Amino acid sequence: MDWSYFFNEVMNNRDALLHGTAITFAVSLIAILAGTVLGIVIGIAVTYGNKPLRWPARLYIDIIRGTPVLVLVLATFYVSSAVGLNLTAFQAGALALTLFCASHVGEILRGALQSLSRGQIEAGRAIGLTFGGIFRYILFPQALRFALPTWITAAVEMVKASTLLSVIGVAELLLTTQQIISNNFLNMQFYLLAGVIYFLIDFAIEQVGRFIGRRLEQPTRRMV
Amino acid sequence: MNYHFNFAPIFEQWPLLLSGIGLGLLLALVSIAIGSALGLVVAFASRAPNRWLRSLAFTWISILRNLPILVIVLFLFFGMPQLGLSLDKITSFIVALSLYASAYMAEVFRGGLLSVPQGLIEAGQAIGLTSFRIKRYIVLPIMFRNALPAFGNNFISLFKDTSLAATIAVPELTFYARKINSETFRVIEVWLVASLLYIVCCYAITLVLRAMEKRLVLEKA
Repeated sequence: MDWSYFFNEVMNNRDALLHGTAITFAVSLIAILAGTVLGIVIGIAVTYGNKPLRWPARLYIDIIRGTPVLVLVLATFYVSSAVGLNLTAFQAGALALTLFCASHVGEILRGALQSLSRGQIEAGRAIGLTFGGIFRYILFPQALRFALPTWITAAVEMVKASTLLSVIGVAELLLTTQQIISNNFLNMQFYLLAGVIYFLIDFAIEQVGRFIGRRLEQPTRRMV
Repeated sequence: MNYHFNFAPIFEQWPLLLSGIGLGLLLALVSIAIGSALGLVVAFASRAPNRWLRSLAFTWISILRNLPILVIVLFLFFGMPQLGLSLDKITSFIVALSLYASAYMAEVFRGGLLSVPQGLIEAGQAIGLTSFRIKRYIVLPIMFRNALPAFGNNFISLFKDTSLAATIAVPELTFYARKINSETFRVIEVWLVASLLYIVCCYAITLVLRAMEKRLVLEKA
C-alpha cells in the first residue's frame, strides 16, 4: 500500500475535506439547536398538555421515531419539491434532521419530566406560581439534570445521522470523501480517514457531556 | 397545492415492498443475533480482572458507538476489497450492522451485569458452584431478564438502520421506495407508504417484545 500517495492526496484535498467537515458541523448544529427548541415544546405538550395538545405531540413523536432517518431525509427532500417548496438539498437535509432531533428531545424531556414528583407542581401552585413559573423555576432545572446525558447522546446521533445527507447530495464530510475517492480510488484509506474524523467529533462531544454530567451531579449528592 | 394522489402505481409494486421489508427484518434479526453474541463477549471482557482486556473492551465500544453506521457500511463494502476481502453486499452489510450492534449490545449487557446483586454471586460461591456455573445459572439468567427492554429498543433501531443497506443496493424497502420514486414520480405516495410500513413494523415489534417482557419479568415479591 502506497501511503505517501495517500498523504499527498490528503494534502491536495485538504480544503475540500475541511469544507466538508464544516458543513457537517453546520448541519448538525442547526439540527441540534432547532431540534432542541422544537423538542422542548413537544416534550411539554406531551407531558402537561390537554388532549388536543397532547395527541398531536404524541403522534409526532411516534411517527418520526418509527421512521428510519434515511427515509425521513429522502422523503423531506423529494416531497418538499413535489409540493412546490423549493428547498436546497442542504435545507431539506437540515429540516429532516431537525424533525428527527425534535422527536428525540421531546421523548427525552417527557421521560425526565415524568420522573419528577407531582407534589412539586402542587407545591408551586400553593405558593402562587403560574405554570410558566413552575416550569421555569422548579421543573426545568431538575429535568435538565436528568436529561442532559441522554441529550448529549442525541447530539452524537445527530452528527452520525448527518452522514445520510450525502445520499441527497449535500457535500458534507462523507460525500466529499466519496468525491475524492472517485478521483483517486483510495477507498479504504479515505473511508478510514472520514471514520477517524467522525470518531474524533463524536468522542469530543461525549467527553464534554461526561464532564458537564459530573459537574451537574454534585449538588444533588451534597444534598443527600 | 395541486397534487393528485394516485396510489395505484405503488400498490402494483406491493409484493416488492413486502419482500423489501421482509429482507430488512431478516437483516436486523441476523445482525442482532451475531451482535448479541459478540456483545456478550465484550461485556464480560469489560468486567474482566485483566486490565488490558478491560481497556480493549472499552475501546471497542467507544470506537463503534462513535462511528456513523453509514461510514462502517461503506468502509466494509468499498474499502475492504483493497485488502483482498471482498464480500457480497448482503454479507458485507450484515458484518457492518453486527459490529455496530455488538457495541450497543455490549453496553446493554454491561448494564445487565452490573444489576446482578453481589449477594447472589456470593451465595453461589457459598454452595460451592464453580465460577462457570455461577455465570451460567445465576448471572446470565438475571442479566438477560434485566437487559430485555434495552434489547428491544436496540432491535428496533437496528431494523431502522437496515434502510442504509439501500446505499449499497441491497434490495430492501428503502431501495424499492427510491426505485419506485424515480420510475413513477408518485413522490408523496411512495414515501407515505414506505414510512407507514416502517412505522407499522416497528409498532408490531414493540408489541411482540412487550408480550415477551411480560412473560419473562418476575413478579415483584
